[in-house]
Amino acid sequence: MKSNWIVAGILMAGAAIAAGSVMAQSDPIAQRKAIMKAMGDAGRAPAAMLKGEPFALAPVQAALQAMQAAGKQGPALFPDTSKTGDTAALPKIWETRNDFNAKFAKLEKDATEAMSTIKDEASFKAVYPALLRDCGACHSDYRARR
Amino acid sequence: MRRLLTILIMLGVIAAIAGWFLSAPKPLFAAGDKSLESGGNVERGRQVFFAGGCASCHATPGQSDRLKLGGGVEMPSPFGSFYTPNISPHPTDGIGSWTVADLANAMMAGVAPDGSHFYPAFPYTSYAGAKIDDIRDLMAFLRTLEPVAGKARDHALPFPFNIRRGLGLWKLAFFRPEPVRDDPAQTPEWNRGHYLVESLGHCAECHSPRNFLGAITAAQRFAGGPDPEGKGWVPNITQSENGLKTWDKADFVQLLEFGLTPEADTVGGSMGSVVKNMAELPKPDLEAMATFLKSLPAREGPPKPAK
Repeated sequence: MKSNWIVAGILMAGAAIAAGSVMAQSDPIAQRKAIMKAMGDAGRAPAAMLKGEPFALAPVQAALQAMQAAGKQGPALFPDTSKTGDTAALPKIWETRNDFNAKFAKLEKDATEAMSTIKDEASFKAVYPALLRDCGACHSDYRARR
Repeated sequence: MRRLLTILIMLGVIAAIAGWFLSAPKPLFAAGDKSLESGGNVERGRQVFFAGGCASCHATPGQSDRLKLGGGVEMPSPFGSFYTPNISPHPTDGIGSWTVADLANAMMAGVAPDGSHFYPAFPYTSYAGAKIDDIRDLMAFLRTLEPVAGKARDHALPFPFNIRRGLGLWKLAFFRPEPVRDDPAQTPEWNRGHYLVESLGHCAECHSPRNFLGAITAAQRFAGGPDPEGKGWVPNITQSENGLKTWDKADFVQLLEFGLTPEADTVGGSMGSVVKNMAELPKPDLEAMATFLKSLPAREGPPKPAK
C-alpha cells in the first residue's frame, strides 16, 4: 500500500513538472524576459567594477553563470509562436534563425571560457568587454530600440 | 477669362524658373579643385572615420569587415527606402576618382561631384559642421581601404521624393551649414565633445524627432522620438526627467565604450553599431562627448506611448 502512495507521489510530481514546463512553453516571452533580467541583475556589479568599483571575483562569476545559462536556454525561448505580443524581438530573428542561434552559442562559449580566464582585475578588464559585445551583437540586429 | 489664364500660365512659368534657380546645388568647392589634395593624415583620418560612423551605413551588409565599404545597406524611412552608396576607393563603382574637395562638397554641402543633391538620409546636415582638416584626413584614410566592385542599387522612393532637384528647396528651408564653433566659456574637453557630438558623431540625426518633411525639430533636438526606421523608440538623451538626468559622466562614457547602461543592459538597434565605432576612439574623446552630453539642457520630446 505504502509503495502505491510513493508511485502516486512520483506521478503527481511528474505531472507538476510537466505542467510547469507546459506553462513555460506557453509563455516564452515572459520566460526570456526573466533570463534577460537575470543577466542584467547579475551584470550590475561587474558594470560598476568597469567604472572603477573595487574588483571582486564572485559577482563576476555569478554574471558569467547567468550569461552561460542564457546562452544555453536562449534559442528555445524564441519559438515561432512568440513573434508578437509584449516583446521587443524583431522579426529578423526568425528570418536569420541560424545566425541568431549562433550568437547565443557564442555567448555561452565565451562565458564558459571567461570563467577560467578571468582571475583578477587585469584579466577582467581585458576579457569582460568581449562578453558585453556578445550582448550588443544580438541587441543590434534582433531587438527593437526602446 | 483668356487673359486670366495667360496670367496664371505666366505665373506658373515664373514659379518654375524661380524654383529651378532656388533649387540649384551650392557646392563649397569648384569641381576639380585640387587645393585640398595634400597633407591628409591616415591615422587621424581613421579616427574621423569611426567618429563619423561611416562603417555603420556603408559597410557591405552580410559580412563582418567594417572597412569593406560597398554600401547597399537599406535605410527605411517614412519617404521610402534609401540604399547607401559604395564609398570604397573603387574608381568607378566607389569614390576612388573623387578629390578631397569632392568629399567636402558631399559631406558639408550635400552635393555630389556631378552637381546633384544628396538626400539628407546622408547626415551632411551634421557633417557640415566639420573641420576641413578632418575631411582631408578622412579622405587619406578612405584611400587606403580595399576597392569594392559593384554599385549599390538606387533608392526606392515614390514621387515626388524621387526628384533630387527638389532637395534644393528642402535645403533652402532646412539646411543651415555652419561650423561647430568653440564656446570660449567652456573647457577644451567640453568643446571637443560638442564638436564630436554635433558634427562627426551626428547624434542628433537619430536622437531628435523630425517634422513631416523629415527635418529635425530644433526645439526637441536630442529629445528622442519614434524610430524612423520602424519598430521601437529612440531615447531622449537630454538631462530631462524622461531622458538621462540620472546618468553621471561615467555612465555616458560606459555607454559609449561598452554599450552598457547603468541598468547593465546593453544597447541595441543601430546604437550597437555606434558603440563599435566608439570603441575605436581614444578614451579622452569619449570622455569629452560624455561631458558635452551631460551638459545638454532638458528638453521634452514627443510623448512615448505606453507599452
